[in-house]
Amino acid sequence: MELLFALCIGLLTACGAYLLLRARTFPVVMGLTLLSYAVNLFLFAMGRLATGAPPVIGQAENHTDPLPQALVLTAIVIGFAMTAFVLILALRSRGETGNDHVDGEDVASGPVKEQRP
Amino acid sequence: MQERSFPTPKAADESAHFSRYSLSALDRVNFIPDVMTLAYIILLPLLGALLPRLFIRLGRTACAWVTAAVVATALILLLDLAPRVFGGETLIMRLPWLTTPHLDIALRLDGLGLLFALLILGIGLLIILYARYYLSESDPMGRFYGLLLLFMAAMLGIVLSENLLLMFMFWELTSLSSFLLIGYWKHRADARQGARMALALTGGGGLALLAGILLLGHIAGSHELSVVLAAGAQIQAHPLYTLTLVLILLGAFTKSAQFPFHFWLPHAMAAPTPVSAYLHSATMVKAGVFLLARLYPALSGSDLWFYLVTGTGMATLLFGAYTALFKHDLKGLLAYSTVSHLGLITLLFGLNTPLGAVAGVFHIINHATFKASLFMAAGIIDHETGTRDMRRINGLWKYMPHTATLAMVAASSMAGVPLLNGFLSKEMFFTETLLLTRLGEWTWILPALATLAGVFAVAYSVRFIHDVFFNGEPVDLPRTPHEPPRYMKVPVEILAALCLLLGVAPAWTVAPLLAVSAASTLNGALPTYSLAIWHGFNTAFLMSLVALAGGTLMYLLRYRLFALHDRLLRPFDAKVQFERSLALLIAWAARLTGALENGSLQRYTLLLLLSALIVVASGLWGVQLRGPIAGSGVDAITAVGALLLAVSAVTTAVWHRQRLVALVSLSVVGLVVSIAFARFSAPDLALTQLSVEIVTIILLMLALYFLPQHSPAESSRPRMARDALLAGGLGVGATALAWGVLTRPYTTLSDYYLAQSLPGGGGANVVNVILVDFRGFDTLGEISVLAIAAIGIYALLDGLRLPLPETDAGGRRWAVDSNPLVLVAVSRPLLPLALLVSVFLLLRGHNLPGGGFIAGLVTGVALILQYVANGIDWTQARLRFDFHVVVACGVLLAALTGLGSWWFGRPFLTSTFGHFELPLIGELELASAMLFDLGVYLTVVGATLLILANLGKLTVLERERGEAR
Repeated sequence: MELLFALCIGLLTACGAYLLLRARTFPVVMGLTLLSYAVNLFLFAMGRLATGAPPVIGQAENHTDPLPQALVLTAIVIGFAMTAFVLILALRSRGETGNDHVDGEDVASGPVKEQRP
Repeated sequence: MQERSFPTPKAADESAHFSRYSLSALDRVNFIPDVMTLAYIILLPLLGALLPRLFIRLGRTACAWVTAAVVATALILLLDLAPRVFGGETLIMRLPWLTTPHLDIALRLDGLGLLFALLILGIGLLIILYARYYLSESDPMGRFYGLLLLFMAAMLGIVLSENLLLMFMFWELTSLSSFLLIGYWKHRADARQGARMALALTGGGGLALLAGILLLGHIAGSHELSVVLAAGAQIQAHPLYTLTLVLILLGAFTKSAQFPFHFWLPHAMAAPTPVSAYLHSATMVKAGVFLLARLYPALSGSDLWFYLVTGTGMATLLFGAYTALFKHDLKGLLAYSTVSHLGLITLLFGLNTPLGAVAGVFHIINHATFKASLFMAAGIIDHETGTRDMRRINGLWKYMPHTATLAMVAASSMAGVPLLNGFLSKEMFFTETLLLTRLGEWTWILPALATLAGVFAVAYSVRFIHDVFFNGEPVDLPRTPHEPPRYMKVPVEILAALCLLLGVAPAWTVAPLLAVSAASTLNGALPTYSLAIWHGFNTAFLMSLVALAGGTLMYLLRYRLFALHDRLLRPFDAKVQFERSLALLIAWAARLTGALENGSLQRYTLLLLLSALIVVASGLWGVQLRGPIAGSGVDAITAVGALLLAVSAVTTAVWHRQRLVALVSLSVVGLVVSIAFARFSAPDLALTQLSVEIVTIILLMLALYFLPQHSPAESSRPRMARDALLAGGLGVGATALAWGVLTRPYTTLSDYYLAQSLPGGGGANVVNVILVDFRGFDTLGEISVLAIAAIGIYALLDGLRLPLPETDAGGRRWAVDSNPLVLVAVSRPLLPLALLVSVFLLLRGHNLPGGGFIAGLVTGVALILQYVANGIDWTQARLRFDFHVVVACGVLLAALTGLGSWWFGRPFLTSTFGHFELPLIGELELASAMLFDLGVYLTVVGATLLILANLGKLTVLERERGEAR
């Protein structure tokens, strides 16, 4: 189980990192999302993997470590806020520069044409 | 982090005799009101620094009076305490401040501190009077006096600090305020450069000093001087002594302009003369030698101390004295003479003899008196003639005999002419060099070099007198010189009189002050010494005579020496070198920055990821990855889940150019992650992840509407291979780390939370109790971040114009039916249900999975569904409140709940709970943490809607604009 979990974290990290290195904003945001999944799972795993032991008093015999869970819970919400912020930043960048390249300049195809009539 | 423990200073008997307060004062919370005056002495000029700027409106004289009043008050306060210091007390005042780093506001007044405080305030007062007449109408006088007071406060802080860390803060403040003072004439390039150079050197030395002080505190077990000074033997036996000493000496030597760091001082002469007179006689540069004196009991006595301090002092003494002779600039001569005298004082402290230290302290006093008056005299001459070039200002005796007399007294004292105070300390210095025996057969070298330095000192002093006041007629002066205003001379008169008084009758004037300050420098008994003018015809007197005769002879031969000097020594301009190396450094930094930061985000990300990989890989290299704990088995469902996760993650990465496909598979990943949380005993996380997932995907979909549906194929194959390789490496690293940790035993600090959750926090859901109670402060910070992000997004969306696609990538038009009937029909009745669920989640969150974050997200999703199903306008018309206000209310509510505990005299965010019996409902548990959680809930709802609704509104706006066109 532990190895499988670790492999999943690794795979998410790898996919996230690959997307992070792309040249367009949308894949980068998706990469960031994948990477935050990986990080959250990693942090969560620091409290070890337990089955049927939620940290709610009276709900189970044993309780798994609640602290990483509390940290990850806020991390998820903050991660959402950051994803949203980067995404809107990407939109703003497209609005200002007319393309969605991460550097704000479209090397390959020039500025995106306005498709409005 | 490990708590560093400082041993509480033991009630040492050895310090009992010199201090009434120091023993009991070492109790951490000790407050001695009757020496609060010490704090006022520093606070007066510190706060008073604001006054000159206000009072300048009432005129220059009023401004000077106010400044002088501030200083005079501080001086009176000091004099009020002085009798107790003369009585042998060490006054210590202590206010607890930052207790964890052991930084209290601890002040100390002993003999040494008293001497320096007297010099700082006394000479400061004279400088204020002098500057009133020196500064011209066009100089902003309010700024000048304000900075002067600030600097004065910083200097007083240095000399009155009991805590070394506190002293360091004031030390840095002197560097900063002297930077501003030196650069006072900011329109002049040389002033700016001189100020920058002084700041670079003294600031750099300050960094070394900080390291040294930290080490010293580490060795002695405290940063309190009372402890450090009593721990001399312990400090010098410590293996870190060498490093500590070198670092502290670096700080002292840069500040006191010791060779080879001396070169900032002459360039600081670009400052107005009152600043030079103040900084370079009694204060700034004396801070370095003050440090030597202050830490003398703790650091001196070793061979290393002797060679470093004496060697540096001797080099500075000779170099300064030699260079001073060849300066044609009046202030340049004085500057190098200052360098030389500072070297002399350093040398005296380096000798490791009690008498040497006494002589050092004595020379500090004497140098302050004669050098301050000389600088002021030089300023008068500059002021009245318009130049400082000694080749042009000659024969001023005829024009300003009064000033000339004063300057001649002070210069004679500088040369060490008998009957003046400079002679006394110089003779003590000569005597000390003769007594030193530790150099074996090289014993003669110290007296010989001392005499040589004396010869130079006499030569430049004679030059100062003869060149300026005699030596024919002035050459081509810009102005016709005459005596300055009456009161401009008063400070010089006072100081020159002091030179004479101290020189003629030392025993009746300076002796008590010298005794008390030298005793506190030595932190023990004083050696026997005599302050008499005449000690008989001994070797030291012979050395003085040789110096006087040799110096005069050297002056007579000066033209030949100048020629020789010009021919042999290529002029080495430290400023040019300094500016050149500075320019080089800046150019190098710019090149490095340019090479690293070429403006490509992709490159930055690559470098960042690469360095992360290198750091992790080098750390893991050669480490046994697998730990001792065997893993548990894998069941079929988990395996399927993992496979699903893997497939969808890879799909997202591989098909990222087909953005919608990638987005769909990304949402699958998120779902599997939330299932994984549920699988591994984290119901709260599962709920949170699920609701965040929904919101995120909606957000991404909305954003995708404004972005191209496909990414162009623009990465080359090698680039993709490189990225894949790097990403793979990172994946392997993450796997290795996770696996390594998971197979190792672990200890947790959560037992406390699990045990205290019910009795302490009143909730069974430990995760929620941690969030709203144990670590509520973190949560408060996090919802603040959320609120800031939401408001930032709102600002980014404001006025944003985006190209609105008419069709999708395949050429199909967007659906006209924007609000499908089925969705409308389902979503409307769903809203109250969803809201009910979120209230339920919020209320039960303290005891069962749920809580403010989750409930907030559920509410957010439910409301967003209304936007999606019914359209912006319909929903907007019914949701008539401002989401900013909701966010603000949430953060405020959470913060106020925290503040509420202050009402009950408890620390911030202390929670309370109780059980209440309500009719009909029965027993109900209410915790103050619930109110906090409500704040979290409101923030999350507000932030989510602020983001999504505003982005959604953009689509409508754009469409309307399109239609309008």
